[in-house]
Amino acid sequence: MTRTFLSRNPSVLWFLLALSLFTLGVTLMSEATGAALISTSFVKTLGKTLCLCLVALAMDLIWGYAGILSLGHMAFFALGGYMIGMWLMYARTEEIVVAAMANEALPATALEIRNGIAGQIFGVVGASELPPVWLFAHSLPLQLMLVVAVPGVLALVFGWLAFRSRVTGVYLSILTQAMTLALALWLFQNDSGLRGNNGLSGLQNIPGLGHVPQATLSMWFFWASALALGVAYVAVAWMMSGKFGSVIRAIRDDEQRVRFLGYPVEGYKLFVFTLTAIIAAIAGALYYPQAGIINPAELAPIASIYLAVWVAIGGRGRLYGAVIGAAFVSLLSSWFTGGRAPSVNLGFYTINWVDWWLVLLGLSFVLVTLFAPKGLAGLFDLAAHIRAPDRKGAPLGPDDGALMEREARK
Amino acid sequence: MNSLLEVSGVSVTFDGFRAINNLSFTIGPAELRAIIGPNGAGKTTFMDIVTGKTRPDEGKVVWGEMAHSLLRMSEAQIARAGVGRKFQRPTVFEDQSVSDNLVMALRAPRSPFSVLWWRPKPADMDRVQALAAEVGLAAELPRKAGELSHGQKQWLEIGMLLAQEPRLLLVDEPAAGMTLAEREHTTALLVELAKTRAVVVVEHDMEFVRRLNCKVTVLHEGAVLAEGTLDHVTKNPQVIEVYLGR
Ligand SMILES: Nc1ncnc2c1ncn2[C@@H]1O[C@H](COP(=O)(O)OP(=O)(O)OP(=O)(O)O)[C@@H](O)[C@H]1O
Ligand SMILES: [Mg+2]
Repeated sequence: MTRTFLSRNPSVLWFLLALSLFTLGVTLMSEATGAALISTSFVKTLGKTLCLCLVALAMDLIWGYAGILSLGHMAFFALGGYMIGMWLMYARTEEIVVAAMANEALPATALEIRNGIAGQIFGVVGASELPPVWLFAHSLPLQLMLVVAVPGVLALVFGWLAFRSRVTGVYLSILTQAMTLALALWLFQNDSGLRGNNGLSGLQNIPGLGHVPQATLSMWFFWASALALGVAYVAVAWMMSGKFGSVIRAIRDDEQRVRFLGYPVEGYKLFVFTLTAIIAAIAGALYYPQAGIINPAELAPIASIYLAVWVAIGGRGRLYGAVIGAAFVSLLSSWFTGGRAPSVNLGFYTINWVDWWLVLLGLSFVLVTLFAPKGLAGLFDLAAHIRAPDRKGAPLGPDDGALMEREARK
Repeated sequence: MNSLLEVSGVSVTFDGFRAINNLSFTIGPAELRAIIGPNGAGKTTFMDIVTGKTRPDEGKVVWGEMAHSLLRMSEAQIARAGVGRKFQRPTVFEDQSVSDNLVMALRAPRSPFSVLWWRPKPADMDRVQALAAEVGLAAELPRKAGELSHGQKQWLEIGMLLAQEPRLLLVDEPAAGMTLAEREHTTALLVELAKTRAVVVVEHDMEFVRRLNCKVTVLHEGAVLAEGTLDHVTKNPQVIEVYLGR
């Protein structure tokens, strides 16, 4: 079974090979484990990029395969980050508080320690007590469970309400944007219990691992991110290769027809929506310890729109397309917005890429949609001389999310 | 004889337009029935009601030995209960192979969790082969359904319908776009199927209906105008006026 799966999906093997080579290359060039050709901060950037590739994979599953243009998946990504961030911040502060109190004459009581932690974390928002949402923050296993459970349950409830009333297309996209916005606005408040607009910080300091240098930690997270991406890629490719994948793609192109075959379409949508929310949350939980800080701005509705743009530029409806799109566009974006791209002097005007990058991105998005609907991944078809038969570019089904013929491969 | 499907007193209004008007219809568990009627008579809408796509304003739709009301069931539940449908315009999943289309239609558990772990057994692939041979698509199994001709898509959809093994088949204009030989094949297939299950065929082509050699229901303006053998209904003056006489 496995052999036929891999032989029927050679792109999975190629992807795993490319990912392994990339991981090996970075390992050999890093400061901690190799020739120190690349800086620790760049290793972190690459590790974060792998996490973005993972969330793009989820986006491709929900949009490219199931045809549901969710513009809220970065909210699940950020929620995953918040959940792991709570433990990181709590446990790290606990270490500091305990160390500070160790010098006092009387040994500190558990209550004193708890109050000390609360004061440290919530001083900035003028509170001194741990809000109820921090109930499990002392425990890594519990908080890891919440990484999956909180976004999972949110997606389940939201999806159930939306799909049950058969909200589709643009309306669903708008609804997911509203969800993201509402969540962000709530988190911005100081009494949300998550430090308002300060967010959670110092996440790069891993409790209990204070003696490990950041160069080494960055490699650990890089490897974990690569592993997560590899495992998720194989799992999703396996899911999509069988009858389940057929049904999902059928729902994308003509969901009414799928109902008449007896499949509970809403159940499938809910399944994929929740699964992708969980993948996004895991990606976020790996991303933010590498980023070091998370605040409600990460849930801005635009972040989820970027995610869709990455997948579109990479080529929706095939998994490596999403990964390539996310890697390419996010790295390019950090290069342009990081001020490293040289400005272009036109004589009468100087193009400063920090300001103009978004215009360039928007333009490429429009151009890709119009002229290369298969995205960057379409280049592989060119190389393999695959030509789809010309059927005048009609959509392959009546639904909004249906693949256009021009996007479909042979 | 107890009936498999009983539709009684059903009416549907679209924006004030009465597409189905106090329609009643009954079919037994192993019966072939042709429905004829002019364009806009409500034939497709009737199928929409039975399959749960359109909810009637009033009336009853009762199914099976247990007399369950189909009006309380979703489209998917109705399909799982054993109502299969072939659409007027062939609707297959164009981005997927002929074999994937058939596999999806095969009778098997439909919930996401069981489908996720489902992998084809040799018996399933044999069944797909046999179905493809039956509808003349054995050589096209790996091709994408979107590349098929109109007639071949009709056949694929018939194959999918057979794969579902429904107890009631609703077939909307199966012969459109088919050659004469193919029409004859279709007729034979439908007659054969009706020995073990209920089959409702909507068709405009009188020759086709004659070859089916079954009871005919004439619809007009959303209601039954006449019912009986083809010869009986074609003698009915009202039928001649609204339909045949044009
Ligand atoms: N969803 C809808 N909204 C509004 N009007 C509708 C709708 N569906 C059907 N109608 C109208 O109801 C009437 C019956 O349509 P129906 O499609 O059932 O006819 P039909 O008997 O199948 O005709 P044909 O032989 O052309 O297929 C038509 O006048 C049609 O315009
Ligand atoms: Mg019709």
